[in-house]
Amino acid sequence: MIKAVLTSKWTKVVVFALCLVPLAILIWRGFHNELGANHIEFITHATGDWTLRFLILTLAITPLRKILHQPLLIRFRRMLGLFAFFYVCLHFATWIGLDKFFDWSEMWKDVQKRRFITVGFAGFILLIPLAITSTAGWIRRLGGKRWALLHRAIYLTAILGVIHYYWLVKSDVTKPLQYAWMVGILLAWRVGDWLYGRWNRTAPRAVRRETPTSAETA
Amino acid sequence: MLIKKKADLTYSDVTPKALYMGRRNFLLGLLATSGAVAAYKNLPGLVSAAGTAGSVPVKLNGLVEGPYSKDTVNEKVTPAQDVTHYNNYYEFGTDKSDPSKNANGFVTTPWSVSVEGEVKKPRTFTMDEILKLAPLEERIYRHRCVEAWSIVVPWVGYSFSALAKLVEPTPSAKYVAFTSYFEKKQMPLWRDAGIQLPYVEGLRIDEAMNPLTLLCTGMYGETLPNQDGAPVRMILPWKYGFKSAKSIVKIRFVKDQPPTTWNIESPTEYGFYSNVNPSVDHPRWSQAKEHRLGGGFFDRPIPTLMFNGYGDQVASLYSGMDLRKYY
Repeated sequence: MIKAVLTSKWTKVVVFALCLVPLAILIWRGFHNELGANHIEFITHATGDWTLRFLILTLAITPLRKILHQPLLIRFRRMLGLFAFFYVCLHFATWIGLDKFFDWSEMWKDVQKRRFITVGFAGFILLIPLAITSTAGWIRRLGGKRWALLHRAIYLTAILGVIHYYWLVKSDVTKPLQYAWMVGILLAWRVGDWLYGRWNRTAPRAVRRETPTSAETA
Repeated sequence: MLIKKKADLTYSDVTPKALYMGRRNFLLGLLATSGAVAAYKNLPGLVSAAGTAGSVPVKLNGLVEGPYSKDTVNEKVTPAQDVTHYNNYYEFGTDKSDPSKNANGFVTTPWSVSVEGEVKKPRTFTMDEILKLAPLEERIYRHRCVEAWSIVVPWVGYSFSALAKLVEPTPSAKYVAFTSYFEKKQMPLWRDAGIQLPYVEGLRIDEAMNPLTLLCTGMYGETLPNQDGAPVRMILPWKYGFKSAKSIVKIRFVKDQPPTTWNIESPTEYGFYSNVNPSVDHPRWSQAKEHRLGGGFFDRPIPTLMFNGYGDQVASLYSGMDLRKYY
């Protein structure tokens, strides 16, 4: 039953539609004048929040696959990762278009001068090659190992994204810390999993666990 | 846009808004059926003054005109809906939409303000006394937040100096310290604020006595809504918004520069003076431009003016000072 759901192409369609709901709500609010007094800030924060959420969802796939013994969850990882990229593009476009009004020189000054923008921008740039090489063709071209190595950059993007948020807020760090905890747990799990795997491989009498291909563990 | 004087209205001085709104809706319904809508404005008030308890702003009548009552800033007044639903009032939550949701139950009656320190006649003013101490004046000021957004608001109040003169500051009064109300029970989100509370602010005495400095008791012709600092707050139009302390309970004339909340929280980002200055950036963002709230979706950011455009009135206070150092 679970397998049937996870392999159905309709599930993918539904997940895809769900991923667009935050954007739909934003547009709906826009047309109903419900973006608050500062619509630029509202859109910037909403798209930024959803970028972090999709990064966390993407990072949660591998732990969930293993903990729940549902390897088929992998079918949704690329889509979630690309939606993180989609929302960060909207986030960036809002900043450039509405906030800075395409004042590129000012934008570039901000990137260099403001450390929260520097790290946010770096996180965004890091996602671009991942989005480009997210296709099956690129996995083949790069080879599974190199591809997996490259796509570990998402760990850095998630960390940079959280720092970006943490440095932005004036004094209330509650929300950035919540994201920090989630990213921290998901990354710590990977470290634990890697250590566990290593220990299993090196321990003389331990039964060797079946190791998945590196492309899947990234 | 000119905010008209409200003195010619027949409603009682302090009709709670909920009551008059309710009555108006009721009357509108009634009159609509009888086809006499045009006459409703002339009906005498059916409900008389019912006190000022509760959180609903009430109409302030008999406002006088002053040099800032007209549209001297030559800019559009920001819609009240925006000004009352986009607030920084960390005691009631750190999201801009939090204070308008969480401050409704804030009890502001009775209220009194203790004025003390280096003064000859220290005294506690009741809110009633504050409202009657000088003629209430409507003043349309630009208000620039340190976060690079701005609003244009028709505040109500009078120059702070009117109150100061009554307590007779001594020559050793060099600064004025303001303390905002703070009570954990009424402000359950205080823990998330991340700033030291109660909120404290301060001015140099000459800044405080400048005619622009407003002791503010209302906006848009009504008493202040809780989320905007009811019942009495400061307005310093040439300084970043956080200098204008809300819900003031204590005013102390002092010898030395008093501590100020955001300066305690982050001294490199928020100075004691915090004058609006487009050429001195906040360490994390530029102060050269600002977004005027209530505008269109694709409005460009507008250039921020030195002293928020009030240089003629206040620049002399800082002559000879390095404003990069005293930010």
